[in-house]
Formats: sequence, structure tokens, C-alpha cells
Amino acid sequence: MRLRHIQIGLWVMAGLAALAYGAFILRPQMNTQTHETTFRSEFFLADGAGQLRTTDEFAGKFQLVFFGFTNCPDVCPTTLSEVAQVMDDLGDAAAKVQPIFISIDPERDRRLGIDTFAHAFHPAILGLTGDAEATRAAAESFKTFFEREDATDATDGYTMSHSAALYLIGPKGDWLRQFDYGTPADAILSDLKSRF
Amino acid sequence: MKNLLPAMAFLLAAPMAQACETFTSGDISVQQAWSRASIGTGRPAVLYLEITNSGAMDDALLGLTTPAASMPMLHETTVTDGVAAMPHAASIPVPAGQTVALSPGGFHGMLMGLTDPLVEGQTFPITLTFEQAGNLDVTVDILSMRAKGAACDDAK
Repeated sequence: MRLRHIQIGLWVMAGLAALAYGAFILRPQMNTQTHETTFRSEFFLADGAGQLRTTDEFAGKFQLVFFGFTNCPDVCPTTLSEVAQVMDDLGDAAAKVQPIFISIDPERDRRLGIDTFAHAFHPAILGLTGDAEATRAAAESFKTFFEREDATDATDGYTMSHSAALYLIGPKGDWLRQFDYGTPADAILSDLKSRF
Repeated sequence: MKNLLPAMAFLLAAPMAQACETFTSGDISVQQAWSRASIGTGRPAVLYLEITNSGAMDDALLGLTTPAASMPMLHETTVTDGVAAMPHAASIPVPAGQTVALSPGGFHGMLMGLTDPLVEGQTFPITLTFEQAGNLDVTVDILSMRAKGAACDDAK
């Protein structure tokens, strides 16, 4: 009986060792995979009319995605102006690109109107104001950052800080690259044209 | 056609706007003051301009007032590791002999509590307060929401 116990104990230890060794061997590869092939950005967010919009509906198109908020007087209008310029300059190829503005301040932006703001820059820009949880999930899948900051001297007592980059998603939903804040429309345009 | 109309309106408005006007008080002069049209009054508007200090003494922009907004403030956009934040700027240094720009992605005026919508092609007055030069009245051109810089660059 005692020997049998020891035998089982040894087998369990051998099994654990094999698992640990396997995990040790596989871990670096799994990490590489996460970075290189499984990085997909997705959103499931309501548009200005309250309809649920998802990444899948834009399959086959390039998506230019920017996270911001409409109470933002400097960074967001500047970036959306560049995006609008890109859409104008694309001409017929504009049909291949969907510009998307995702609000990271959705509650207030729903009240202020996301469509009037987005369309003031370009009618093609789709504005999205999901609920807080869906917005957080979308931001995480784009590996983008936003945070609410209390500020007594700001409108409604708070402002938002956020990643200011513009993200490019490919026709198969794959994350392709980001354009840093301040990238001029010409540079975005030539990058897009090189991919058509 | 839809895109052509605003473009044509802009062409017509540009020569009418008092673009490139320079406002001077002592050693300080301000030019290329512009803002973007607003949608209603619910969101803060922006203010951009250039300040030149032609004197031998450092100066600083301390603040501004305007009938166009109840809470105008100086802000600075900072982009740290790709994350944009917009802290309040207590003052904006204007060193002797230098030109400092309030421009997209940097220092700017934030006009909260708009009294009326800002309409493209119109102007509004502001009063800037400098540490040394005192008060300076400036007229601000209201450009398109898509404007990226003062319209007078094109008008020159």
C-alpha cells in the first residue's frame, strides 16, 4: 500500500514537471503570437441614432479610427480635420475607407450630439457613443488609453485625457498601424494609397 | 456639390475677414488670431494666435477676457507617450525678442461658456492681459471647423 502511494506521488510529480516544462517551452511562442497575429481591434457601439454598429460591418474596408470627445477643443478637431482632408483627397477611393470617431465621453456626447459634431468635419465620419462598458472594451481591444480627470475649472467639472493617435484597421479587421497625433493628411493619404 | 459649397463660402469669406491684422501694445504685438466655428454653445471653443515680443524684457501672457465666453482660460495640450491631456496654463512666457504661438497641439485659449455660437466668417473681440505690456484688445477671426491655421497665410 505504501509503495503504491509513493508510486502515485511520483507519477503526479512527473506529470507536473512535464506540464511546467511544456509551459516553459511554449510561453515565449504564445507571447509572440499574441503580438503578431492575434491582435484584432473590435467595437460593439451605438451610433448617433442608437443603432448597434460593429467592426464586422466594415469588413473589406480600411477603417481609420480615432478615440476622442466632442468637448475637446484642440486635439480632436485638429485630427478630425486631417481625417476629413484625407477623405476629400481620396476621391473615388473614399469608398474603400471608413473613418470612425469613437467617443470616450459617450454619455455627454450622446446628449450633445455625436453626429452633428462628426459630420461638421466630414459627412463620412461615423460617430459612436456606446455605453461605458462597451466603450472601455473597444478601447482595450485597440490598446488605447483614456481617463476621466476631475477638474473644477472645466465644463461639467471634468475633462478627459486620451491617446491621440489615429488607428488604421485593415479590410480583414487586422490592426495595421497607428498615425501619431499631428500626422498631416498627406502622409496618411499616401500610406493608404500604398495599400489599395 | 455638398463639399463644394462650404469651400466656395470659405473663398468668399476669406478676403472679407480681417485676416492678418496686427494688434500692438508697447513691445507686444499679436497677429493671426483665429478660432473655429462652434456648433451651438454647449462645447468649449478654441483660440489660437501669435505673440511677438520685440522688446528687451521678457513678458508673459497671464489671461484673457471676452464677451464671447463666460470662462475663457489658457490651456496647454501635452502629449506624453501618445496620451493627450490639457492642463490649465497659469501663464504663457513670451521671452524678449521671440514669437510664441498658441497653435493646434500646444498652448491655446479655451473658451468655455460661449454666450453665442461662433459663426464662420464673423469675428469676436478678446482682451489679452500681459505681465509687462498690460491689456491688449485683439479681434479674432472665426474660421471653419476644419481650419488648421490662420486664413491669412493664404491671403498673403
